[in-house]
Amino acid sequence: MAYTSQRKAYGETLVALAKENRNIVVLDADLCGSTMGKLTELALPEQHVEMGIAEADMTSVAGGLSRVGKIPFTNSFAVFSAGRAYDQIRQSVAIGKLNVKICGSSAGASDFADGATHQSIDDIAYMRVIPNMSVFVPADSNEAVEVTKYMASHEGPMYIRLNRNDYENVTEEGAEFTLDPKVLRDGTDVVVFACGIMVGKALEAAEKLAGKISVKVVNVSTIKPLNKEMVCELAKGCKGVVTAEEHSVIGGLGGAIAEALCKECKPIEFVGVNDIFGSSAHSYADILEYLGLTTEHIASAVELIYNL
Amino acid sequence: MSYSKELLESLEAKAKLLRKDCMKCIGVGVAGHVGGSCSSADLVAALYFYKMKYDPKNPDWEGRDYFLLSKGHVAILQYSALAEAGFFPVEDLQHCKDVGFYLQGHPHLGTPGIEAGTGSLGQGLSLGLGMAIGLKMDDKPNNVYVLVGDGEQNEGQIWEAAMAAGAKKMDNLCAIIDNNGLQAMGKIKDRLDSGNLAEKWAAFGWNVIEIDGHNMEEIVKALDDADEYKGKPTAIIAHTVKGKGVSFAENQVGFHNAALTKEQYEQALAELS
Repeated sequence: MAYTSQRKAYGETLVALAKENRNIVVLDADLCGSTMGKLTELALPEQHVEMGIAEADMTSVAGGLSRVGKIPFTNSFAVFSAGRAYDQIRQSVAIGKLNVKICGSSAGASDFADGATHQSIDDIAYMRVIPNMSVFVPADSNEAVEVTKYMASHEGPMYIRLNRNDYENVTEEGAEFTLDPKVLRDGTDVVVFACGIMVGKALEAAEKLAGKISVKVVNVSTIKPLNKEMVCELAKGCKGVVTAEEHSVIGGLGGAIAEALCKECKPIEFVGVNDIFGSSAHSYADILEYLGLTTEHIASAVELIYNL
Repeated sequence: MSYSKELLESLEAKAKLLRKDCMKCIGVGVAGHVGGSCSSADLVAALYFYKMKYDPKNPDWEGRDYFLLSKGHVAILQYSALAEAGFFPVEDLQHCKDVGFYLQGHPHLGTPGIEAGTGSLGQGLSLGLGMAIGLKMDDKPNNVYVLVGDGEQNEGQIWEAAMAAGAKKMDNLCAIIDNNGLQAMGKIKDRLDSGNLAEKWAAFGWNVIEIDGHNMEEIVKALDDADEYKGKPTAIIAHTVKGKGVSFAENQVGFHNAALTKEQYEQALAELS
């Protein structure tokens, strides 16, 4: 049965992979209950390392592990595993192209209650700017399973960004993961490039506008390396482009798509966090509304482009 | 255990040779890390020409010990040791820092004998800890040595790694602290006093050995003792003199990263011959 929790999908997939490959090592920084690293700790304690609340050390340690043949996965909330440890990712891991996998769990605003300190609205930007780094934002739990498998079986530093909360799948269960952007709904007027939870919301927006505006929805789960030619191809014939991400409008998916389309002269509308930090909220829906990350926000952006 | 006079003298001669190679590497008129290279030279000579197992013709040999230069700014010292050990031609040292060349300003993965990119201070000990954890997972006997600066003790990540290595009883890990008492901008006591390092490392769960970092017998004995010691990682605190062996640079903050004049260059080579 398909998962509806990305972190559970990730955690259980890691256990399955680690059983098959004894070189897989899972590292946590005192949050393995949230990251689901605890599933490896319980099933395969000799392949799990608790590094304590020390993400910088954890990341460089992962670099060292990779140099003696291990395939380390570092787990924590994205603000810590990617943000706190940015320098170690850059210096210890990425320059040497080490085979280290970084999991940014509870990413975006998905840790709604904890507020701005725990909400990563900038990790896609600072991970994708690092040379040698691959950046994945799976649309749902089905894709999280497949991206995790991909990371374990391919060399190099890689970052996976996961949501804390449960939501329905929009991609097919068991579909083998490939790096190319994937068209989930075809359309001719406006193309929406989306990632993470915003893919499902983009599909809802497209459905809502059906009959009025023909909307193509593309799942961009690989932010880097981005197939730029394909992005241009997918935008061809459309009046304009919308990007949608649970991340700042600066430097993330929107930035990557705009860079890809820089010679195409298409209008682009960015749905994302408008250069502000998050806030505590009583529900995920409340913080997404506060940050402008809803189906309605995408639909409005599509209409704006269409009516230009 | 006692060590033969021949062994100790040959290692001292190697240390001198490494210092000389460093000077040649730096040359005239271009800044290079004279001070910290010279303070660490005896330690590095003992590691490469006495203690560590490696195969220069097969740098990835599985049985090798691992060395990480966490104080990566003295890369020229490690390059000199690797060249003299046969990993690559000694003549290549003069091309250090050429654009795109394999001898970069800081140790860089891809250079034969370099185990990881280091020199962003504070990270080398964690890299070494990761190697030590991985080797222990596979019941491998290889040791991991990390040379850490005393100024580098300012970095918080050193203490994260020290805490984790102590807690996990990584007795295949040995940190060597080059305690020359100077950091880039002055005396450590005046800039950011690191306090009593022996007490600090012991408190973090390490076996601590204090030595004169220029006394070859004390160095090799400490490395052997660290190898034998079980149940804790070992920290060798080596008391050294920055710029050791080059009279005008000894204990001079200005020679942390300095360009040599032609006269200084020739004097240094003469003193090291």
